[in-house]
Amino acid sequence: VSTRLDRRPDDDRTKMTRMSRRSLLWSLIYFGGIYGALRWLNKSPMEGDVIAPLRKGLQFNEKVWERLYSANRRVPTYNASQVTPERLNETIGMDEELDRKGWRLILEGVHGADKPIYLTMKDILAMPSFEMTTEFFCIEGWSVIQKWKGVAMREFMKRYPPLTKSGQSPDLINAPQDLVPYVLITTPSGGYYVGLDMPSAIHEQTMLCYEMNGKPLTEEHGAPLRLVIPVKYGIKNLKRIGKIKFTTERPKDYWAEQGYDWYAGL
Amino acid sequence: LTDAPPEPDQKVLYRKHALATRWFHWINFPVLFIMIWSGLMIYWANSVFVIRLPYLAFEPHLALHFTAIGPLFPDKWWSPTAPGWVPDFLVTMGQNDAGANVRQLYSMDARLADGMAWHFVFVWLFAINGLLYVTFLIFSREWKAIVPKPRAVLESIHVVLYDLHLSKKPLPVRKYNAAQQIAYTGVILMGGLMLLTGIAIYKPSEQSWLTRLFGGYSVARFIHFWTTMCFLGFFLIHVGQVIKTGWNNFRGMITGYELVTPSEKAQLVEKS
Repeated sequence: VSTRLDRRPDDDRTKMTRMSRRSLLWSLIYFGGIYGALRWLNKSPMEGDVIAPLRKGLQFNEKVWERLYSANRRVPTYNASQVTPERLNETIGMDEELDRKGWRLILEGVHGADKPIYLTMKDILAMPSFEMTTEFFCIEGWSVIQKWKGVAMREFMKRYPPLTKSGQSPDLINAPQDLVPYVLITTPSGGYYVGLDMPSAIHEQTMLCYEMNGKPLTEEHGAPLRLVIPVKYGIKNLKRIGKIKFTTERPKDYWAEQGYDWYAGL
Repeated sequence: LTDAPPEPDQKVLYRKHALATRWFHWINFPVLFIMIWSGLMIYWANSVFVIRLPYLAFEPHLALHFTAIGPLFPDKWWSPTAPGWVPDFLVTMGQNDAGANVRQLYSMDARLADGMAWHFVFVWLFAINGLLYVTFLIFSREWKAIVPKPRAVLESIHVVLYDLHLSKKPLPVRKYNAAQQIAYTGVILMGGLMLLTGIAIYKPSEQSWLTRLFGGYSVARFIHFWTTMCFLGFFLIHVGQVIKTGWNNFRGMITGYELVTPSEKAQLVEKS
């Protein structure tokens, strides 16, 4: 009994020493694990200018937000007094001089049309238009509130509906899931191009826009026709539309090729 | 057993941190690091925040003015050139304005896409780890050791004075003192605020109610950024205090145990 009593106070120190040694081993595993994980990430192949595991992560996020997406959810609108100063960021894909006379909107993948359709600005101005004042979010981390006027993409697509998966006639409202899942939009030169998911394209506030803050679009803001899609970052709001294509293939996207999220939803 | 109590200088083991706490803590450490690091790469793309210092002006009439000190991070902080003595495996290759290759300690400028990818993937770990931790706090009743009581406000003043060697009165023996309770509870709330303001700027259309709740996009971004700076402040003080308190305490966060005197243990166990 006396030996036990003598030893007992020491026991805790001995135990602590043993635990300390074990914790040293755990520390090595811990830091080795962090180092290994970061090294594995850094050595991973690139996919669209971002390492593949992160690209997979972005695509996982896309699925999550696509599931949470509701076509009926309108983005907030503002009144005229809340409009903020214009801001110009990029003119990618608009290097060439704008040919206003020769400009046509080329449509591909339209249901019932076996050839591309060419539309003039007159055709587009003849369609019902609407105005909205929405917030425009740049992926850089700033936003502006602007007033836009144009044709609702949904209204436009009633006239030129996308191909359907089933081959049946398209129904934008009641059977949107039967539409081909993607839209590709490019500038006339093809220098800038964005891919959109169909649910975002047929959102009721997605607009083919020709007027900004009460004035016709200036060239630098995308004359004669630009996309305004408030459920997406600015990078998807393509200026100077040349072509719209409804497609089953996931379209290429200018900024997704440079490491950004393809979905870029807000 | 009626053994005589051990001598006062003989230390005994005190079980301080649950296994879960230690996992949550050590998972959070690298994840939070990645979140802040990638977050700064995102911030770089629109690095608009400045510190405003107040000053009194006498002309044209007496008034309080603010002068901006900015930018918050000088340009060279984003990708500092590595001194010659830093070995190659610790540097990253970048380009200077002239397009020449330079050795850099790290590179954080012009990496918005990278920053966003890391941020929006690792946020899952940050969120899940944080939510599990809070759930654990609630169900293990461990929150009682962390959430400060009203008197902690006054007590924490004593702690600060004691730490600055301005007070000699010893601190009460407790798992966490009042200042720690305020700091740890605050940092958990800050984590929640980060998630909410993060969603507000990540999905300002889908979750516009949240963006509006924080006063709009730029205000939410402002709160998100300055809360990050508070995280960094917490981190510096936390690491400083851990170093000051010593190995026994630090080891507690790894092994779960601390060596204390029997009388300390009696007080610690009684209060828990």
